[in-house]
Amino acid sequence: MQISMTINGTDVTREIEPRVLLVHFIRDDLRLTGTHWGCDTTNCGTCVVLMDGQPVKSCTVLAAMADGHTITTVEGLANGATLDPVQQGFMEEHGLQCGFCTPGMMLTARALLDHNPHPEPLEIREAISGQICRCTGYATIVRSIQWAAAHPAGANAETSPSESTEHEVRA
Amino acid sequence: MQIPAPFDYVRASSVDNALALLDRHGPESRVVAGGHSLLPMMKLRLARPDWLIDINDLFELDYLLVDGPVLRIGAMTRHTTLLESDDVRRLFPIISDAERVIADPIVRNRGTIGGSLCQADPAEDLSTVCHVLEAVAVVRGPAGERMLSMADFHRGPYETAVAQNELLIEVRIPIRTGSASAYEKVERRVGDWAVAAAGASVTLAADGTISQVAVGLTAVGLDRNVTEVEAVLIGQAPTEALFVEAGLLASRSCDPLADQRGPVDYKRHLADELTRRVLRAACRRAAASASDTTTQEG
Repeated sequence: MQISMTINGTDVTREIEPRVLLVHFIRDDLRLTGTHWGCDTTNCGTCVVLMDGQPVKSCTVLAAMADGHTITTVEGLANGATLDPVQQGFMEEHGLQCGFCTPGMMLTARALLDHNPHPEPLEIREAISGQICRCTGYATIVRSIQWAAAHPAGANAETSPSESTEHEVRA
Repeated sequence: MQIPAPFDYVRASSVDNALALLDRHGPESRVVAGGHSLLPMMKLRLARPDWLIDINDLFELDYLLVDGPVLRIGAMTRHTTLLESDDVRRLFPIISDAERVIADPIVRNRGTIGGSLCQADPAEDLSTVCHVLEAVAVVRGPAGERMLSMADFHRGPYETAVAQNELLIEVRIPIRTGSASAYEKVERRVGDWAVAAAGASVTLAADGTISQVAVGLTAVGLDRNVTEVEAVLIGQAPTEALFVEAGLLASRSCDPLADQRGPVDYKRHLADELTRRVLRAACRRAAASASDTTTQEG
């Protein structure tokens, strides 16, 4: 069957078998290997992508079900050469160790901040509770997302004193 | 790598179209909603439909509507929508309690109430919630609509009264004045199925006594409400001693199996403890909302 979708702002059309899972379509057909394929059982969340702005586990969505929808993968987070504040936060606060869970974590963080620009630490933990970091680096992941919340325009933009104070207190 | 066996895929454009597709493709066709139960089963080849009928475009079934004395929930309403609804939290806190602990937030973006009820997993939370709230399932087929009580809808583990050529389209929950509810689950980790869970709905009369009560249990081998507690609780003022008695009855009425989530005696203990907790919470909430109303009226 033929499917079409918008991935990271680009329209793609491909011929696929209906049984192809979205994660494999993204990795194997589109060669966007930033989306990782982990447990294959809807548990680990490393395959998270945004479907119409909402995080979904792409090992449990058929590519056919994404036909006509808008998908964002980790490759679509940055705006040209400018990293998304979430990506900057993961750099600033050491939000990754081995990096395997990072793409999914960052996409969930992006969706969380779009929905709730000033999440409490507990709300961040709740948002990423369907994702596993086997390095157990959750504390720095939470801090990375807090950094992004405190710097909505990223590192290059001027940050108001209140925002940086808030960040220091929470961290 | 887990890949489903080959199948043909078709997207339904309306409820009538979905029913026509089910009729055309017959017993080897399956409806997929959120897909978070069916797709894992297909990946493990526990399910091998020839045709998959995708109903995710049926936005006509994605609604929450307070309609007089009834809350109407469209079958395609996602878990996230239920969790975020103020009407649901106000009218049926048991649903919000349960939704908070169903799978994880990302799975809740896809999973639907209709899919959960039709999957009828014995450890599924919304089946218990709907039993406790005396929900009615609206099922549509070629011959029209029929309304089923949960007792008639839910036939047992993985089995419902929805025929192959029918579709669950709506869940209706009666709104009762003076009523409140609660749900609590014990799980090994976020996103896991329940080791055990309990839900309760309570209506308090003007004098503070219990005029209606329902208690249900999840994952402990009971496909109905714990009707045994009604005789003990109805007409009584809610007290800790009563909750203890109800908990004991609940632990005796269930029939859990030992598995990797725990031995039988632990699950009976949870049935007891969680029954007490949800009754306590439901009574506290009902009393609080009654005093709110009194304040407003006064």
